[in-house]
Amino acid sequence: MLEKLHSRKWLQLVLGTLIGFCFGFLLQRGGVTRYDFIMGQLLLYDWTVAKIILSAIATGMIGVYYMRSKGLARLHIKAGSVGATVVGGLIFGIGFGILGYCPGTMAGAVGQGSLDALFGGVVGMLIGAGFYARIYPFLSETILKTGDFGELTIPGLLGRRDPWPVIGYVCLGIIVFFIVLEAAGL
Amino acid sequence: MGDEQEKKSRQVRKNWIIIIGFLLMAALLVGATFGENAVVAQKVNGSLPEQQLNIWTMQRWSPYVVGILIGMLSWVSFLLSDKPLGVSTAYARTAGMVEEYFKGPSVRERPYYKQYVPKIGWEWMLVAGLVVGAFTSAILSGEFRLEVVPALWNETFGHTPFKRLLVALIGGIFMGLGARWADGCTSGHGISGTLQLVVSSWIALFCFFIGGVIAAFIIY
Repeated sequence: MLEKLHSRKWLQLVLGTLIGFCFGFLLQRGGVTRYDFIMGQLLLYDWTVAKIILSAIATGMIGVYYMRSKGLARLHIKAGSVGATVVGGLIFGIGFGILGYCPGTMAGAVGQGSLDALFGGVVGMLIGAGFYARIYPFLSETILKTGDFGELTIPGLLGRRDPWPVIGYVCLGIIVFFIVLEAAGL
Repeated sequence: MGDEQEKKSRQVRKNWIIIIGFLLMAALLVGATFGENAVVAQKVNGSLPEQQLNIWTMQRWSPYVVGILIGMLSWVSFLLSDKPLGVSTAYARTAGMVEEYFKGPSVRERPYYKQYVPKIGWEWMLVAGLVVGAFTSAILSGEFRLEVVPALWNETFGHTPFKRLLVALIGGIFMGLGARWADGCTSGHGISGTLQLVVSSWIALFCFFIGGVIAAFIIY
């Protein structure tokens, strides 16, 4: 682990900016900062978004787990529960479908000049996040606790210590999915 | 002895999976190159301008190439910054900063802002960089344009800027609420969480798309 590098505050802010720059460049070049591409995915006739997300998952997974096995990286696992993940995920999804951007692609859309993202989406998102902070004390005592499954990974769920078979199957599944998509001409 | 053998065979299997993984990636890249060849072929037919042949000025990269590069970017992020790529926390912190500006420091007493202190940090700079990166890409490919009404909206609902802004605002509110509720968005859960094989992230990604598809089909 590169703890020394991780603890250098200013350098980290610069790194964050550079990584963000690349991320924004890639999202824009991939087309997914455009409303039309996102809606095309959600209306199920343009699969660009799925292709990008799934190939990022496959690539990222192999590298991150490899670095972890060499002690160069550690995982950051988000805990979840039915009340938080499923309910929150569906609320997010509804907003996603109404707005036509997700938080990352919306920031990219602002960069390419989409004013509906800036004056509609970003403002709305800040209102939504602020509203959440207000109701959080109530939610955290009630619904967020419902059906808690904690910090769980798929290998953990299957009781496997070795994550590589799972990684292999997930990659395989993704590749098969791509082949199906391409064969269907999507 | 048996233990060691098992360890060894596990190591061998691991290495094989890594090799296969990289081969698959290479295959994807080759596929992407085929896509580019098609572009070149079109050029021969004279239907594509010069701009589309330069990698920096062409409008689109293959989604597979973009995805693979985003995956590699997440390696860099884990290695150098010990952080997964995630965007929505920055919005929550900004919401806190805006509230603090209007209401004063008492806002920080809210339990949620104690957890996510409203100040500029790594994720915030990530989003700032993201805006500039997208801007750079759009300028290079000549795609930058100020617009309120996206093409698809225009086709279906006509040129109705006010309506579009209002709908975007409503969608944004739901998304901001949901992103914090589910503790992540399409980046934090959808890419970074899923690539770590986190159960909650796979469920979240699934729910994002279910909700999104339902909303999209209701609107269109």
